[in-house]
Amino acid sequence: MAKLRVGVVSPEREIWSGEADMVIAKTIDGEIGIMPKHAPVLGVLVEGGVLTVKRGGGESDLIAAVHGGFLSVADDEVSILAEMAELGSEVDVAAAKDALQRAQASIEANQEDADAAVAAKRARARLRAAGEEVG
Amino acid sequence: MGAQLRLLRRRIKSVRSTAKITRAQELIASSRIVKAQQRMQAAVPYEREITRAVTGVVSNTSSVDHPLTVAKERPSKAAVLIVTSDRGFCGGFNANILREAEALGSLLRGKGIEPVPFVVGRKGITWHTFRGREMGGQWDGFSDSPSYSNAKEIADTLIQTFSAEDGVDEIHIVSTEFVSMLTQEVTVKRILPLEVEETSEKPDTPLPYFEFEPSAGAVLDSLLPRYVESRIFSALLQSAASEHASRRRAMKSATDNANELIRVFTMQMNQARQAEITQEISEIVGGANALADAAAGKE
Repeated sequence: MAKLRVGVVSPEREIWSGEADMVIAKTIDGEIGIMPKHAPVLGVLVEGGVLTVKRGGGESDLIAAVHGGFLSVADDEVSILAEMAELGSEVDVAAAKDALQRAQASIEANQEDADAAVAAKRARARLRAAGEEVG
Repeated sequence: MGAQLRLLRRRIKSVRSTAKITRAQELIASSRIVKAQQRMQAAVPYEREITRAVTGVVSNTSSVDHPLTVAKERPSKAAVLIVTSDRGFCGGFNANILREAEALGSLLRGKGIEPVPFVVGRKGITWHTFRGREMGGQWDGFSDSPSYSNAKEIADTLIQTFSAEDGVDEIHIVSTEFVSMLTQEVTVKRILPLEVEETSEKPDTPLPYFEFEPSAGAVLDSLLPRYVESRIFSALLQSAASEHASRRRAMKSATDNANELIRVFTMQMNQARQAEITQEISEIVGGANALADAAAGKE
């Protein structure tokens, strides 16, 4: 079966690249699953989304926290252009939990704190990518 | 004579300590070039992908009607982003950029467009404040290792002034391109309004017809600012690498010059020292002869 060539890049570095059977990402419209022979798509990713790359062939799935950016698919090539991205295995769980708590505290203090809301979303995505349970 | 010898010794000492400093600067710069080059390389995939995406969108939607791509009919003001360094000791690096920026300024004025400088780097900022020039914006403190958030901050300000009612109509960027270790070129580019690259020849594979999530307009809305950010980020990274490269070169020639000076001074010092010794000897011999003559006369 044909495979997808996947590249996850952020402005500062290439985070991951390789082959996969399926890519699942979250765009503004909702979750989108890409398999080989998908029609060309250009989508805007949500802030604090989780990206799943199913590598198949017995290898474990690659999970990453992706904050904003784009997904572009053409000719079985999938590029994820993330403004910020982190592989699940690289997430510092303690730091992310701490960030989440701080963000929640400032949201409680001020409901309209947009920065804190974004920070909370990001922290949740990072924890989810690391395989932690998030309430 | 003794005074001249002392003077030369003092000069050699001071030149030698200068050479030590410039040599250290040279070594520091060479180690930083490597790092800056690696960062440049690391940013390439993102830039390539985003450029592809932008070309994809723009070639798909037949009538691109986005504020960032539409050129005004009669532009009256242009922002010029000038990327300089924070520190000196890098040869003609900043002078070249500022000269090019001045040339661009007079070119724009000739077309009836008023240039507004936006300056990155302390050297460029002092240059402008010294001459009492108004700046549209200024950033400093990160010229030797810029991060993406720096580029974002600059891009946000520029896009804001571009979108504002009485803001600028064009954005140009004057920066140094890192060609190789030995060559860095000052380049002038227009980044806004975006020039949709229309190549006359057909590419090998036709560009795919994209679907958009959620819509072409929304994708373009968030894609274009990211594209501008990435262009500015790459300019900052290139400029950082160029800064280190030209500092290394400048410091290398400074060290070479200092070593040459030390050589010349050492020679002069030795001459002076020998002249002094010769004189002392002839004085002693002369004195001894005089004494001998006096003794001979008595007898």
